[in-house]
Amino acid sequence: MGVLGTYRLRVRRRRFLLRAIRKRRELRAVAKRTKTIKRNDILLFSTLRNERFRLPYFLKYYRDMGVQHFLFVDNNSTDGSLEYLAKQDDVSVWTTKHSYKNSRFGVDWLTWLQMRYAHDHWALTVDVDEFLVFPFCDTRSLRALTDWLDASDVTSFGAMLLDMYPKGPLDHFHYTEGQNPFEIASWFDSGNYTLSLNPMYDNLWIQGGPRARQFFTDTPEQAPALNKIPLVRWNRRYAYVSSTHALLPRGLNKVYDQTGGEKASGCLLHAKFLEGFAEKAAEELVRKQHYAGSREYISYASGDGTEPDFWCKWSERYINWRQLEMLGLMSKGNWA
Amino acid sequence: MSTGIVMLAHTAFNRAAQVARHWSEKGCPVVIHVDNRVPENAFLKFTKALSDLSNVKFCARHACEWGTWGMVAATQSASEMMLAEFREVDHVLLTSGSCLPLRPVQELESFLKRHPDTDFIESATTEDVPWTVGGLDQERFTLRFPFSWKKHRWLFDRYVRLQRRVGFRRKTPNDLTPHMGSQWWCLTRHTLDAILNSPDRAEHDAYFRKVWIPDESYFQTLARVYARKIRSQSLTLAQFDYQGKPYIFYDDHLPLLKRSNCFIARKIWPASNTLYNTFLRKQSKGNSDVEPNPGRIARLFSNATERRIRGRAGLYMQSRFPRNTWDHHLTSAPYSVFEGFGDVFENFDSWLGKATGANVHGHLFDRDRVQFAGDQDCFCGAMSGNAAIRDYNPEGFLSSLIWNTRGERQCFQFGPADNQKISKQLATDPNARISVISGAWIIPLFKSGRSFGQIRTEAARLQKTESKHLDILRASWVKAQVRIWTLADFMEAPVENLQSIVDEMGAHLPHKPVPAIKVTELPGFREFLQDLRDQGMHPWLTGDFQAPTAPGKPTPREPRSYMAGK
Repeated sequence: MGVLGTYRLRVRRRRFLLRAIRKRRELRAVAKRTKTIKRNDILLFSTLRNERFRLPYFLKYYRDMGVQHFLFVDNNSTDGSLEYLAKQDDVSVWTTKHSYKNSRFGVDWLTWLQMRYAHDHWALTVDVDEFLVFPFCDTRSLRALTDWLDASDVTSFGAMLLDMYPKGPLDHFHYTEGQNPFEIASWFDSGNYTLSLNPMYDNLWIQGGPRARQFFTDTPEQAPALNKIPLVRWNRRYAYVSSTHALLPRGLNKVYDQTGGEKASGCLLHAKFLEGFAEKAAEELVRKQHYAGSREYISYASGDGTEPDFWCKWSERYINWRQLEMLGLMSKGNWA
Repeated sequence: MSTGIVMLAHTAFNRAAQVARHWSEKGCPVVIHVDNRVPENAFLKFTKALSDLSNVKFCARHACEWGTWGMVAATQSASEMMLAEFREVDHVLLTSGSCLPLRPVQELESFLKRHPDTDFIESATTEDVPWTVGGLDQERFTLRFPFSWKKHRWLFDRYVRLQRRVGFRRKTPNDLTPHMGSQWWCLTRHTLDAILNSPDRAEHDAYFRKVWIPDESYFQTLARVYARKIRSQSLTLAQFDYQGKPYIFYDDHLPLLKRSNCFIARKIWPASNTLYNTFLRKQSKGNSDVEPNPGRIARLFSNATERRIRGRAGLYMQSRFPRNTWDHHLTSAPYSVFEGFGDVFENFDSWLGKATGANVHGHLFDRDRVQFAGDQDCFCGAMSGNAAIRDYNPEGFLSSLIWNTRGERQCFQFGPADNQKISKQLATDPNARISVISGAWIIPLFKSGRSFGQIRTEAARLQKTESKHLDILRASWVKAQVRIWTLADFMEAPVENLQSIVDEMGAHLPHKPVPAIKVTELPGFREFLQDLRDQGMHPWLTGDFQAPTAPGKPTPREPRSYMAGK
């Protein structure tokens, strides 16, 4: 990419930032505890809508991992998510009734909060159904990872989205609040992913998994992207481009090695496919607030209205990060 | 007599204080150097935390930027203070604030008592070791480095390049042979005293002040001049990664560290509570005199470096995406591609599976569906049998398949009727073992019973496709192992030819006898070929079958059943 291309990306990044500054007016603080954020704290950013029953486990999971402050944007929940979050001591939460779609699927809102609060912090940006797994996460905290990344002069850490699903139709299993979702959705596809390089942002584009083989058999190129870069040593000049798939400046997207080595990486276990998924897909289809005309949800809902069953004979049951490492879905890199 | 501890600290002062207290309470005097860049209040807090200990002292402070003279100056100041203030010290151990003693102090002291005149310092000449990162080894001693490598890398690199171009060389003092090694040493009072009070010290310091990373060469070089007996080995377990950064120890390394029998480990992650609690708690009186054995830990870290530099061959994933398949294999293990064999032999797939124990697929790149082994819709790794998904990224499909089935040999069939997009990738993959019977596609056409006109069109199309494919397989840049027969050549001795391929695969033959493979029967085949020729469509890829002796008569070489296998 020449000078002109680089300049264009710079303009684009600036535009994202300006847009985020403008969109800050859409946010109303409900519980603001950002004064309690200390230097070097690890922060978590998320937008959500009606995820009340998932929140207890989500907060516990990331607190145990070492996240010190949570910053949420609630997009007009009606199930008590906002009230629940406002009560937590380590949570700051903003609310908005504005369009999720017009906010670049929540990215503008989060970009503003990141610009304001995440400068010089490690920032983890995940959805409420995404659970980070990184090398040695059973024995080392997230702080150990970020310290090591700091020592290695690495500023971004990739974690591919791994769709998890139960064995059998989704509605055969009941998820109770506070439960580990992977007790139910404990299966995944271990090796059906395709990668390609996106020359525009230098990020890898990963597709595949159960959604691709189940819903996108005719149009595999439209299958959802699974590449994510959720953990970044933030600077107020950074901006996510679309969801957490890519960032600007684009050097942050080079979370992969091109000469044959392996960089350290993790996985985001995706607990999307639980009871009530078909219902949600139907609702989202009406709201039309999701990426690319809610294409994903159209595919899900085009079945006969029953909950899908992703499980096949070759599905793999989740054990731990070492299993994912051995399968080649993530890597320890040179962290030992 | 006792061992003195010189500690260089710049961060994590609570841990440094904890370790200093440990040494001090076990009777080892400690002199601490704190980086001059540390804020005053942090320094005061640190000194206060240790103020109750009479044998812990703080020396004059220097700014210690990595790779510069400050580190040596700090070590000199601390060592001078140690030698002057603690007369009983006869060995001095250089440590950092993030070092942790792994064995009881008594064991260290009895070890040193057994080696009263030995200096433990890693020290090797630059010609002998490939340690250095960044390509500067001998040049560390002969160039000037006025610019900071960390802050002004651009200037640093340019200035090095300029000096190389101009041919600039500094002169090394006559009595010195440059040596390098780990920064962390344990020297005898005799050697340390000789280095610090050398009549030539001003000259040595002036020289090393401008050497690149002098903390890895100042004492290492001078010890060679003054030591009575050098053991080129550090008592501190410190491993470096490929970027020259020290590896860090965490709580989960506890069993490894315990078994290593090393005296000191560096560096410890400050929040490793279990490590600090385990190794600093009131240790039982140590009387073990085993030698340090860092082998296992060294292997752990060298594996990590290997993974970071080379990675797992044939794996394409989110953090390993080699772009140039010329240097990097598409796949992780050898696999076999058979072209035309399914047409020549009857039930070839099942026979091959039985004969070799391999995973035998049908036409993986069939245009309608992926023909996985056992006719499954889905395969290892939950790979989809959908042709559109496969064709979205055929080479990704193949490398996934081979990666997912590591440990099992994969075989599949390929032919001109299949999707040809993978052709080039197959040819460039050194793991591919491709065996081709060219023109064999004519056999199913011959048997199809379709109208001659249809057969003729189809044959022309397949021949064109296969011919292009064979051009690729015969190119000069091919890395796959390729064997090509024409159908006619192959039919001279079909079973023997097949057996030679199976033997090359090196498959572990099952103990059960292998069933016979049957060559498909082709009565009237020669006449059929002749008809094609007569119609102006030359099936030249099949090779030269002899013209029929007399129409209607059985062919001279009657196809028979053969036994394959031994």
